[in-house]
Amino acid sequence: MSDPNTAKPAGEPEVREHAVDFNYYLRRCVYVFVAVVCAVSLMLVASYLPHFDWPAKVAMILVVACTNAFVVAGFLMHLISEKKMIYTLLAFTAFFFAGLIGLTVWAMQDFPAGTVTH
Amino acid sequence: MEIPYAVHPRPDTGIYNAKVGIWLFLASEVMLFGALFSAYVLIRVGTPPGEWPHGWQNVTLGTLNTLVLALSAITTLMAWVACKVRQFGKFKFFHGCTLLLALTFLCIKGFEYDDHLTHYEIHLTAGSNAGGSIADGHMVENDPKKDYVIIKGRFVNDEQELIDLRSQKDIRETELKIPRSQIKDMQSYGPWHNDYLALYFTMTALHALHILGGSIVIGYLWGPGRKLWKVDPEHFTNRVEVSGLFWHFVDLVWIFLFPVLYLM
Repeated sequence: MSDPNTAKPAGEPEVREHAVDFNYYLRRCVYVFVAVVCAVSLMLVASYLPHFDWPAKVAMILVVACTNAFVVAGFLMHLISEKKMIYTLLAFTAFFFAGLIGLTVWAMQDFPAGTVTH
Repeated sequence: MEIPYAVHPRPDTGIYNAKVGIWLFLASEVMLFGALFSAYVLIRVGTPPGEWPHGWQNVTLGTLNTLVLALSAITTLMAWVACKVRQFGKFKFFHGCTLLLALTFLCIKGFEYDDHLTHYEIHLTAGSNAGGSIADGHMVENDPKKDYVIIKGRFVNDEQELIDLRSQKDIRETELKIPRSQIKDMQSYGPWHNDYLALYFTMTALHALHILGGSIVIGYLWGPGRKLWKVDPEHFTNRVEVSGLFWHFVDLVWIFLFPVLYLM
């Protein structure tokens, strides 16, 4: 029988701290910062692009912003190597956030009959 | 009594309790900012074409603030790494940098707010002999004892000319002396001015409050809270990690606020 003090937590292979090497993190931070600078530059370029209609520009900017957010959350918040419980919590958050935005968009054209819009 | 799992991970979750707590808090924060973003979507999409303001923000300052916040997120992470490798001097340096960058962000934001709050749109009476029916610009002199105001700006004939500033190149501004008798109404570009500015001030002010709150926590850990380092460095490191997670979230919110309010 295994010792309860050294037992593996449920759903996880082992309780393990992030291996920490100062120079490794410093390099990683430099890459992340360069990525953020590139993302900001891309958003600025996309917002001033001629010959693109408004929805296309918005889509491009949002894709870049989401990628930027993924890099920050993934590397700086360690989300690419987090525990299962955090992912579960985030999945619930994403579900409710999608509901919040989805309901708003869905209700946008839901006027009572006879409503005068300007 | 000692609080359990403040330092070591719980066997069932694999993480210490404060980390679960901060993630639950961040989940509630996502919903808070999500509500504001959904309000933005509702108002933005419901606005008739050509009536949503463009070019009202200083994109250079917004970009600078984005980079300042990104850099502060990196110094926060490096402060945590310094704690992990037990180099307290480096921790102090990186967290000090985070505080300075946070202060820089707030100063730039304050400058932007001031720029909006001193910017006026003045509607003139029908009979005035000015160069247009609306004077728009920054207030230079507004002494209630004097019967005139001075702004640095320009005259326009239609409010529509003030909506899309990005399409207008080479706007020439001069000092305009306007007698109070010719002023029908006068309003600054505060949150009361229109929907866009109401959203801008609400979202950025809430975000700035988060920056301020995070700065207070980081300042505490950098100052009086560092006593814990001598007693229990691992516990202190966990506190730095938790405050860092909050700071990264604040950075994430700005990643979306910047394009939504400055570029779209």
